[in-house]
Amino acid sequence: MKSTIYASLQRKIISITLVVSFAPILLLGGTIYYQFARVYKDKIEEQMRYRARAQAEAVDLFLKERTAILSAMADTHSFQALKEEENLSKVFQVINLRAGAFVDLGVIDSAGEHVAYVGPYDLKGLKYDQQPWFAEALSKGIYISDVYTGYRQSPHFVIAVRRHENQRIWILRATVDPNIFGSIVISAQVGRTGDAYILNKDGVYQTHPRFEGDILSEASLNTTLFGRSTTVNEQVNGHGRRLLYAGSWLKNKDWLLIISQDPAEEMGGLFATRNVEIAIILGGILAIVLMTVFTTRLTVTRLRQADMRMNELNAQLVQSDKLAALGKMAVGVAHEINNPLAVIQQKTGWMEDLLTEEVFEKSRHLEEYISSIRKIDEHVERARKIVHSMLGFVRRMEPYLEDVDINATLNQTITLLENSARLNNIDIRTDLAPDLPIIAGDQAQLQQVFMNLISNAIDAVEKDGLIQVKSRQTDSSYIAVSIADNGPGIPEKEQKKIFDPFFTTKRSEGKGTGLGLWVSHNIMEKMGGNITFSSQEGKGCTFFVTIPMIIPEKK
Amino acid sequence: MDSFRVLVVDDEQDFLETLVNRLNIRNIDATGVLSGEKALEEVKKRLFDVVILDIKMPGGMDGIEALREIKNIQPLAEVILLTGHASVETSIEGMKLGAFDYLLKPIKLEDLMVKLAQAFEKKNGHEQKIRKARIKELMRFPGRVFDQEKEDKK
Repeated sequence: MKSTIYASLQRKIISITLVVSFAPILLLGGTIYYQFARVYKDKIEEQMRYRARAQAEAVDLFLKERTAILSAMADTHSFQALKEEENLSKVFQVINLRAGAFVDLGVIDSAGEHVAYVGPYDLKGLKYDQQPWFAEALSKGIYISDVYTGYRQSPHFVIAVRRHENQRIWILRATVDPNIFGSIVISAQVGRTGDAYILNKDGVYQTHPRFEGDILSEASLNTTLFGRSTTVNEQVNGHGRRLLYAGSWLKNKDWLLIISQDPAEEMGGLFATRNVEIAIILGGILAIVLMTVFTTRLTVTRLRQADMRMNELNAQLVQSDKLAALGKMAVGVAHEINNPLAVIQQKTGWMEDLLTEEVFEKSRHLEEYISSIRKIDEHVERARKIVHSMLGFVRRMEPYLEDVDINATLNQTITLLENSARLNNIDIRTDLAPDLPIIAGDQAQLQQVFMNLISNAIDAVEKDGLIQVKSRQTDSSYIAVSIADNGPGIPEKEQKKIFDPFFTTKRSEGKGTGLGLWVSHNIMEKMGGNITFSSQEGKGCTFFVTIPMIIPEKK
Repeated sequence: MDSFRVLVVDDEQDFLETLVNRLNIRNIDATGVLSGEKALEEVKKRLFDVVILDIKMPGGMDGIEALREIKNIQPLAEVILLTGHASVETSIEGMKLGAFDYLLKPIKLEDLMVKLAQAFEKKNGHEQKIRKARIKELMRFPGRVFDQEKEDKK
């Protein structure tokens, strides 16, 4: 019952402490991780955004340079001059020297006919008037196409510029080498998972992506997700992986430059940090659990011990209260018995006195009378002894303080009892502290206490045993005397009663009144000391007498 | 020792009568009274060697008070307190007031006789001292004091 109270107390303390300490740790850990992850992701996105923008600018510059050099050539040469393929070829060499990446160059008149061409394919004479780019180039002045296969059956794109020459309108058109163009984009494909490519506004690959699909195939990415400024989106790709996509629209063409990255790769640092954090938190939690369990157990154990001690003290208090009440009653009764005893004693004495007279001397019952009177006397004496020992005034009525040598008193008492001990083959050994101070006390009363305890010990041992008497100064205010025997000990159920008046275990007639311990207890209490004992059945018993150390006044 | 006079004071008549009788047949001139007041009257009338005094006497003067008065009237008389109601307080009080001893009832007559004899001896010794002091006073010679005690020691 009791131990469940302590167990539940322990459980409560542990659980409350754990909840209170875990909550902030987990909250803090979570918050730190969340904040850190956010900052980290922001950083990664910012980096990707920056790379996408920079790459888009490079591509833009590429296209702008090509467009500008084509425009300059168209503006500085006449239609008549460029119709001559020799001239066109020179121009082609110049632009490839200055800008590069051109595959071919051609001149197209206002009717859409390819009138001059320099390049690896035979495109001269082809008519473009039905193609949408032709109309657009005519109307807008500059045109950059999406990538397509066209007549030559290989992916490429063209840049076309329009020239107004007097009344004539014509177009200078160049094809860009898709590999050179693609290599600019590919340079942004970094890491193990990084990809970079260009999509047109319908989501068709304009360059070779590193991982998914091929040029001119349709990408799974929705281009409308990307706004005018550089945008980062997290999307699931065709393989079900979650990737980060940074997209930046080009300025010179409605193409979208995409840089993609697996966040897991970039977030490696973050995950390492997270693992360290989790390890630290787990370590902390383990430490807290261990410490909490340890300290709680310690506390509860201490508490239990303190409670036990308090219960013991309470029991002692109850015991001494009981003894005090019993004592008061016993003393009152003893007093009331003294007076009638005195009368009986005097009356029998008187009768004995009178029996000496002549009349009685002749009575044939004289012997009977005398023996009866003696018997009455004997029993009055017995009653007197009981009553007087109850009052604890056997030796002297007035307690007074004299110089007492505890060791000498013990030795004296042992000498008195040595004979009866020797008769029963009981060894009394002493271990007396040699430097005990002389105290002020009542020697006779102390001797009575020692006498009671040592003769009790002799009675307890009965035959063939050992009694050890020790004296020690415990601290500056008490002297402790212990009397230990190796007799049968006191049964536990009798331990509570041994200081009660008239409680005796000495069965034989007239041997014990049951007052010895009670009187000794009273004497020690009055003196400001006490008597306690510890006993285990079958292992003997030890009585401890604590004597207050009152230093005698110097005379 | 024909004039060994004892006054016994006790409120218990049975005890008082018997004790007085038993002392009387042992050649002690014992008188018994039942209260402290009567004891004082008696003490005022005659000299006693020893007074045996009960302490607890309900309905009148108690033994301690009587002791004080008796010691006032007859300082030389020795007082033995004999009571059934012993307590540390009254014993200390009694000894302070000059009681010869403090005994607890019941007590065997033989033991009491021993105490009486001791008390008587003490009283006599005391009287002797006083007598010597008186003699010393009387034996004063002009210019020289005759020292009886010194003479005694020789």
